[in-house]
Amino acid sequence: MSKLYSGAEIVFKCLEDQDVEFIFGYPGGAVLPIYDELKNHDTIKHILVRHEQGAGHAAEGYARSSGKPGVVLVTSGPGATNVVTALTDAYMDSVPLVCISGQVPTHLIGTDAFQECDTTGITRPCTKHNWLVKDVKDLSKIIHEAFKVATTGRPGPVLVDIPKDIQFAKVGYSKPKIEKKLNGKSPNHFSQKDIDKLIDLMNHSKKPIFYSGGGVINSGPEASNVLRELVELTGFPITSTLQGLGAYPGDDNQFLGMLGMHGTYEANNAMHDCDLLINIGARFDDRITGKIDEFSPKSKKVHIDIDPSSINKIIKVDLALVGDVKDVLKSINKTLKKKNLDLKKSNKQKIAKWWEQIQKWRTKNSLHFKNSDETIKPQHAVQRLYELTKHKDTFVTTEVGQHQMWAAQHYKFNKPNRWMTSGGLGTMGYGLPAAVGVQIAHPKKLVIDIAGEASVLMTMQEMSTAVQYNLPIKIFILNNQYMGMVRQWQELLHEKNYSESYSEALPDFIKMAEAYGCKGIKADKPDELDEKIKEMVEFDGPVIFDCRVDPNENCFPMIPSGKPHNQMILGPSEKEDNKITGKGKALV
Amino acid sequence: MANPKSAYSVSSKKEKSDTHIIVVWVDNEAGVLARVVGLFSGRGYNIESLAVAEVDAKRNISRITIVTTGTPQVIDQIKLQLKKLVPVHKVADFKRNDKGVIFKEMALFKVVGNTNKIKKAINACKKYDAVILDKTKKSNVIQITALRREIDKMAKSLRKFGLVSISRTGAVAMTRGDKVFN
Repeated sequence: MSKLYSGAEIVFKCLEDQDVEFIFGYPGGAVLPIYDELKNHDTIKHILVRHEQGAGHAAEGYARSSGKPGVVLVTSGPGATNVVTALTDAYMDSVPLVCISGQVPTHLIGTDAFQECDTTGITRPCTKHNWLVKDVKDLSKIIHEAFKVATTGRPGPVLVDIPKDIQFAKVGYSKPKIEKKLNGKSPNHFSQKDIDKLIDLMNHSKKPIFYSGGGVINSGPEASNVLRELVELTGFPITSTLQGLGAYPGDDNQFLGMLGMHGTYEANNAMHDCDLLINIGARFDDRITGKIDEFSPKSKKVHIDIDPSSINKIIKVDLALVGDVKDVLKSINKTLKKKNLDLKKSNKQKIAKWWEQIQKWRTKNSLHFKNSDETIKPQHAVQRLYELTKHKDTFVTTEVGQHQMWAAQHYKFNKPNRWMTSGGLGTMGYGLPAAVGVQIAHPKKLVIDIAGEASVLMTMQEMSTAVQYNLPIKIFILNNQYMGMVRQWQELLHEKNYSESYSEALPDFIKMAEAYGCKGIKADKPDELDEKIKEMVEFDGPVIFDCRVDPNENCFPMIPSGKPHNQMILGPSEKEDNKITGKGKALV
Repeated sequence: MANPKSAYSVSSKKEKSDTHIIVVWVDNEAGVLARVVGLFSGRGYNIESLAVAEVDAKRNISRITIVTTGTPQVIDQIKLQLKKLVPVHKVADFKRNDKGVIFKEMALFKVVGNTNKIKKAINACKKYDAVILDKTKKSNVIQITALRREIDKMAKSLRKFGLVSISRTGAVAMTRGDKVFN
């Protein structure tokens, strides 16, 4: 007879077999047996957070920057409900998370027991799948399946709810059979014919554009390499969504910058005027498309995505290639080379005019802002931060709001997995705990959270985690005392009625840093900025940087409500003729 | 601008909605119905009727039949989203007016009244395979199987014959001929 293990031991045996190195968690009554077992498994390190939401975002940061699934361990009731925001965030941005939650003993389920909640019910709409383990015999199978579901296809979060009696119950354990192929199921459903069709479209296009997204990042670093090869082979321009930044080098000449609501003038105009739009691992999010009826009206549209339900969900496309981005792009490149179609040369004439047009748009210099000697402009702060850290392999996380858009616009990424931001759900408070997770995955690298003072206060308690584990994360706060994006919309859409968007009583971030046991730095004037940033980067330990910026700065360019891609507000000088009126105020 | 609508919340031109019958084969496990129904409510799809029962005890498979309405784009999304659910094995979709598919619903009518009225009620039900399930001096329970609109019609016309209670199922569907949906 094989040896018997408790449910808690089984949990760790499964995590070991899945090569899990870190768990982000917080103990509580219903997970005590699992925590009791932790000491016997020294290959698995537990990171104690200060709030379960922080555990979830830290696991997201870990997953996004390392390509491995993030593992979260929380207790029943409030432990589970606190992690819901992070699960939803991971679901929206396709981040693989495995969340293990404790549950009250089986016989108490449904009795409104202490710290009981319907965890699988609550998390059903924000996970790819979830399980309530009712028999310890099913436990190992379920945990291994959970990892499979989280990491295959379009990645996402899953949750395994384990009642306390199951954690004590004993059962045998056998190692999982490692499936080489997912029951022969491949996510790829495209044929050579589809590839040929695409290449034909590319051959005939005069105004092509690639629009790449987070799918390229999720497909692994190799996908970014193949993407670069494809762009090189074709000579086509490329733009990227917020989540896709870093898949293609941000400083390359063929890169038009980010597109969408706060994207560049050239990227959005190219999207509007193109005759061939090739979407690579993006999902036509509403912040990208703007007004659907007038979205890229003259183009043939191609969509490459691993998730069949993404195809034709928002924008009808002419050609869909369902599959892993890496595999699809490889097939395209292979065919391009085999047919010896050097599109770059043969197309040079054809798309030369297109590039001329793009250069014209570029001269608008849409990311331009009026700098100042008196106050620090937030864009300037991000630019200086970029210039002073670009020689290092820097990882950047953000919170949500103006600072996030400025970071996306002015910080250039050259590698995938270096940029972690909450795009789909737009979770304020994401960046700080995410930075904790990133630093865990990359202990020697420079990790910066470009933050807003409002967002960062939502999960500030995780500084305590950073201090506990000596994680030298840098919290670079663009402090404008406002919920900046709310303030901007109120200025543009609500007659400058700044209702509740000003924070009256902000903490002294320097003292706060000291209270947490880390370093606080403050910058007020543009001329001290460089020196202070250097001080932050060189300090070996966590830093909270209070960068006092102009409180009235708005984030431009911006596609205002009611307008398509080719009608953007470029900045203060252009604002006058772009008044937003009437129903245009009904922004989501 | 002629039509200043919001760029981020305007729905595009509405296509025509059609009624479809979606058949879903799922693992018969705890919470599976909640996953399917939650998907519909969470994404704003509507459910006109629902029928669900285990059809294969050995393989532990249940068959869920859902009647829904939607534009072609919405129906496509429903199918694709359903296929993403882990316990879902396969999804079939039929248009309500598909001649190659049989649709049936069942209804129970309780009629209370004198013999004459009850007789008339039974007569009215005859063309829908009426079965008398319970009989007393003052009442009858009649079972019919028919299409939704036929049951609607009967429910209306039986009122004058002493109909006091109706219980009905959602539609179930099956293809005609020897074909099996795979």
